[in-house]
Amino acid sequence: MKTINYILFLCFFSFVVNGQKIEVGATKKIKSIKGAIALAKPGDTILVHKGTYKEGNIIIDKKIILLGKDYPVLDGQKKFEILSIKADSVVIRGLKLIRSSYASMEDPAAIKIYSHNYILIENNILDDNFFGIYIQNGQNCIIKNNVLKAYGKEEQKLGNGIHCWKSNDIQIIGNNIQGHRDGIYFEFVYDSVIWRNSSQNNIRYGLHFMFSHNDSYITNTFRNNGAGVAVMYSKEVKMINNKFDENWGQSAYGILLKELNDGYILGNQFIKNTTAIYMEGSNRMKFENNLFQENGWAMVVQASCDDNVIVNNNFIGNTFDMGTNGSLVLNNFDSNYWDKYEGYDLDKNGFGDVPYHPLSLFAVLAESNPSTMLLYRSFMITLLDKSEKVLPSITPDNFIDNKPLMKSLPI
Amino acid sequence: MNRIIKIILSDILKNKIVLAYTLILAILSWGSFSLEDNSSKGILTILNVILFTVPLVSILFATIYLYNSSEFIELLLSQPIKRVKIWMSLFIGLSSSMVISFFVGAGIPLLIFAPTAIGLMMLLVGSLITIVFVALAFLSSIITRDKAKGIGIAIMTWLYFALLFDGIVLFLLFQFSEYPIENAMVGITAFSPIDLARIQILLQLDVSAMMGYTGAIFKDFFGTSLGLFLSFLLLCLWAIIPYFISLWKFKNKDL
Repeated sequence: MKTINYILFLCFFSFVVNGQKIEVGATKKIKSIKGAIALAKPGDTILVHKGTYKEGNIIIDKKIILLGKDYPVLDGQKKFEILSIKADSVVIRGLKLIRSSYASMEDPAAIKIYSHNYILIENNILDDNFFGIYIQNGQNCIIKNNVLKAYGKEEQKLGNGIHCWKSNDIQIIGNNIQGHRDGIYFEFVYDSVIWRNSSQNNIRYGLHFMFSHNDSYITNTFRNNGAGVAVMYSKEVKMINNKFDENWGQSAYGILLKELNDGYILGNQFIKNTTAIYMEGSNRMKFENNLFQENGWAMVVQASCDDNVIVNNNFIGNTFDMGTNGSLVLNNFDSNYWDKYEGYDLDKNGFGDVPYHPLSLFAVLAESNPSTMLLYRSFMITLLDKSEKVLPSITPDNFIDNKPLMKSLPI
Repeated sequence: MNRIIKIILSDILKNKIVLAYTLILAILSWGSFSLEDNSSKGILTILNVILFTVPLVSILFATIYLYNSSEFIELLLSQPIKRVKIWMSLFIGLSSSMVISFFVGAGIPLLIFAPTAIGLMMLLVGSLITIVFVALAFLSSIITRDKAKGIGIAIMTWLYFALLFDGIVLFLLFQFSEYPIENAMVGITAFSPIDLARIQILLQLDVSAMMGYTGAIFKDFFGTSLGLFLSFLLLCLWAIIPYFISLWKFKNKDL
């Protein structure tokens, strides 16, 4: 049914776009966008020429196509929400939207969709807005190739870049988001695709979602966000080929997984994060073909996680490969490549003959008393670590990879 | 003064133990760098060398050399040369020759395989550690006239800084883990040159972990350029203070 909807949606664009063209500009007959919208009939195209338009809150309540030529500037003067979309099948393309208002009660945005469907927002530049693009109860919307940037310093004075609430079948493709509170924020969003976006230098999370099931995150980059990426209370989430980079800080994580179930995490790269993956209360997740490189902690799997499978990943140059908070281990860590593995492979089957303990004594010490990091790589600590590897007493003895790979996987 | 330095330098550089030290350093570093594709294992090996071997060899060799050249020192004292000059030339000769052999043994592979901030930092820290432990050797050899006692003091000094000190710190960390001791712990590291050196290198090597978990204390102190400057200053003080105490003792000693 969803695919049919989608095809209908596409057909709709190709057949219906044959309305009138209304031009707006300083030298044209119609000077304001509001005037043009008042004149337009459903299906018309409004072409906005270069210039600055300070028209307050523009409400689009008709099925129109709003096109900008050479990026006309729509200025919200820090007093108004700029575009409010209150009709189905609206297209917004090629505009530059700046300085939307700030409010703590109603979340004004540069572009906000109020319970309508089949909206396309493409190739816009959003600069210095509170919320960027806000979908409130929308379906089958596409947000594509937009550039969003905000400049605030405090979390409470900033909105999210792309914010979706109670929506489904959303496509978010090729956007570039910087400096917002959360780059991409989802709450109750189902069956959506997030593809080829880049979310960097946001004050809080690069990606933040809750209660959002059956979504796919493919080939995105999340770099240097205040607290990395946090995903919570969701089911059947797929994350493929993403890059999580340089998320540094005491509570910054490549991904924080809190009560995520039945997800699949494949082929991602986690590079130089303080903690690449932090898992809490997550069950039946599968991690495959991921690369963990130069992280502080590659994975912290709390004892509340159950039935997760971590297989065929590369762990290279991490300070600690694993961390945990208890002695209960209900997860499977077999067949990974660990660069710290010191075993041998006499039968030449590609798997090490002795199991690998990815949890070092010092990782446990540092977990309970973080100040001990002061002593890391000291000769004393190395000595303690080696003796623990031979005779595990503090670390759980079943926290092992029974078949560690001898060679790294080509990832 | 230059002539005395030259004599000492050429004497030490011809010494078989120094040659062997250089050779061992070179074999260790070249070997560990060419074992793996990436330079991280090699860097770790050299880190262990800097924290363990370099202090041991520097302090032991310098102490033994000073005891062995006591006759030469007495000969020099009979000449119209100031005591400060003699002691200074001995120090410069010894420490520069140890630095040269560290540089040739470990420095060249470092510069070839890891010409990054980490490599340069290790080179600098390794040289400083060498000078610090030569200075400590000067102090331990001037404290007592007895050669066996002096060497004993040198070994104990090395053992204390390389092993015992970290044990004490670990003990303190867990005994006082209920209290906000982070800042005090940063202060305590100033009491061991090896710890100062180790943390400087760690900040380059395990940057993701260091900047994270213990965030505040590391970032706010060692991470800043002021912290970097301070810890280097402290390392230099570790060389200067023992040397000047030994110089003062040497000047007032009845030989």
